[in-house]
Amino acid sequence: VRKLLSIVFKGAAAVVSARTYADFTNEATFEIKKCDTFKLDEGPATQVVMTRDEGLQYYRTMQTMRRMELKADQLYKQKIIRGFCHLYDGQEACAVGIEAAINLSDHLITAYRAHGYTYTRGGTVKKIMAELTGRRGGIAKGKGGSMHMYCKHFYGGNGIVGAQVPLGAGVALACKYQGNSELCVCLYGDGAANQGQIFETYNMAALWKLPVIFICENNGYGMGTSVERAAASTDYFKRGEFIPGVRVDGMDVLCVREASRFAADYCRSGKGPILMELQTYRYHGHSMSDPGVSYRTREEIQEVRSKSDPISMLKDRMLSNNMASVEELKEIDVEVRKEIEDAAQFATTDPEPPLEDLCNHIFHNNPPLEVRGTNPWSKLKSVS
Amino acid sequence: IQAQFNVTVRDALNQAMDEELERDERVFLLGEEVAQYDGAYKVSRGLWKKYGDKRIIDTPISEMGFAGIAVGAAMAGLRPICEFMTFNFSMQAIDQVINSAAKTCYMSAGLQAVPIVFRGPNGASAGVAAQHSQCFAAWYAHCPGLKVVSPWNSEDAKGLLKSSIRDDNPVVFLENELLYGVPFEMSEEAQSKDFTIPIGKAKVERAGSHITLVSHSRYVGHCLDAAAVLAKEGIECEVINLRTIRPMDVESIEASVMKTNHLVTVEGGWPQFGVGAEICARIMEGSAFNYLDSPVTRVTGVDIPMPYAKILEDHSLPQIKDIIFSVKKTLNV
Repeated sequence: VRKLLSIVFKGAAAVVSARTYADFTNEATFEIKKCDTFKLDEGPATQVVMTRDEGLQYYRTMQTMRRMELKADQLYKQKIIRGFCHLYDGQEACAVGIEAAINLSDHLITAYRAHGYTYTRGGTVKKIMAELTGRRGGIAKGKGGSMHMYCKHFYGGNGIVGAQVPLGAGVALACKYQGNSELCVCLYGDGAANQGQIFETYNMAALWKLPVIFICENNGYGMGTSVERAAASTDYFKRGEFIPGVRVDGMDVLCVREASRFAADYCRSGKGPILMELQTYRYHGHSMSDPGVSYRTREEIQEVRSKSDPISMLKDRMLSNNMASVEELKEIDVEVRKEIEDAAQFATTDPEPPLEDLCNHIFHNNPPLEVRGTNPWSKLKSVS
Repeated sequence: IQAQFNVTVRDALNQAMDEELERDERVFLLGEEVAQYDGAYKVSRGLWKKYGDKRIIDTPISEMGFAGIAVGAAMAGLRPICEFMTFNFSMQAIDQVINSAAKTCYMSAGLQAVPIVFRGPNGASAGVAAQHSQCFAAWYAHCPGLKVVSPWNSEDAKGLLKSSIRDDNPVVFLENELLYGVPFEMSEEAQSKDFTIPIGKAKVERAGSHITLVSHSRYVGHCLDAAAVLAKEGIECEVINLRTIRPMDVESIEASVMKTNHLVTVEGGWPQFGVGAEICARIMEGSAFNYLDSPVTRVTGVDIPMPYAKILEDHSLPQIKDIIFSVKKTLNV
């Protein structure tokens, strides 16, 4: 064993476990928190199975998201990232749990706290970071920035609070129209939950039985306004009135996964929309311009970190059930750190978009057109 | 000999939608009263009966919601026609038109297209007063990422709506309620299922040598009427029908001005920051400026909210006599 351990710590190239796979428990059953339900006879299961492979994958994904966001924090403070930057650290279990319950052929849309979802939907850390730094290698070629990242079956990244909700229902309408059994996961925050267009959308989604899962990521604060100061009813999972709802522990990736599976089954059976409230927490302020401590205490933040951190919870579960070793998880941490470093290196050295790209992509599938520059003699070219 | 038929603008729009619904199963229509009521202005008459609930969808009164749903459907591969009962109600949904539809192709660097048409009656009607009479041509034409189309006659309506539906980008299609019932001659060519008119190209409706009149929608007709009166006095007007507001066919206007040396713009919308104002700026910046023998004249709606009483309403919008007066002033005759 000692010899094997020394190989692990010397050579990072080969993934070698300190113990053989046969030493680990391949799967275990976990007791998870029961979800409050609304207009439902039964809710998600409270006993769930997680395999070792699943656990390792969730751990790696959440750790990647966490480190990616922390690196973005660093780059923002160095003024290499500018403008808006809304970080997701603390909420990782939501994105990972949801994705574990749906397929890449399903659809997802969210608001501006979108880096995590861009990653789980298939964007690479490299392209996400290069978009944040506004480089040509960014996922939107530097044209979109933090709030406007897109990839297949992921419709951003949307800057206008609440506007993404009707969009998500529209994607679901397209799924139903095309008869493809796909669904759309449509996310919004506790702040957005009071937007009128969301209630218009609830009405049409229920009326037309659209295959949409509405998910309210309730992190307790809409910018600097706590939920108690913004909403007459903070039971966000009930706000759909005639749409069934589930309230979920958003810090537990297995809770999120189980509830999302439950919701996806409901949707795919043709019953129409369903609403999930994920109770979660963001460690950072609303954005990088918000220190996040004027409307909540440092003690509160620290308490969540020590008692409910999604990555720590998963790690404890895996270790105490003999599903992985400390070294193995540390190894993943090392790999993740390297991936983030490489991505940051790319994101800080890749050149900015060429000026020739300024006017491109206004239209899709369009002949080239001339665009007026800042003065009448400046005639710029735009291609699709 | 070309067989000519008289077709109302309403029927021309109906034909365009019918043909495009048949041609491409991704096309669908949604809006208030479009299905079972046959359309608030009967533009979609018969379509629900023919195509059913899946393709012709009645919505609740939720402009922001259903416009967003339409944009989302376009993002996911369908080709929606989103009807606003009038464009006045589009203000409820304008964020979805601009921020979700118009800007997305650019923000995504071409990854996410939004093939959608927003259509409905625009501008003044008759006696519907201030909140129901605004012209939105200038508002929408201000924004990159949108195409803004404003047909006048039946051929325009049919050909341009078909092109708009086939375009892979967001198009704001401004109709006019007062024109719906007006019959126009439609050529045999225009009756073909493949008849389209390109977006972004103006049409010279009447050739002339003394002065250029540029207009869009209903006022093209007013310009032609004014031109007929002026011709009796020996003044020959060239009348240009813009057809598209954005992208504007400035070249056609310039070519005409270089011939006539005088320009009058005519629109129903308010003067400040309007379509005529844009034409003035573009002419000044371009090659035609040096051919002008007098400054450009704008004929516009009066700079007030629309009143109700008929005599007041009539005096809030350009009349033929206003166009004739402005032409003579511009020509200094």
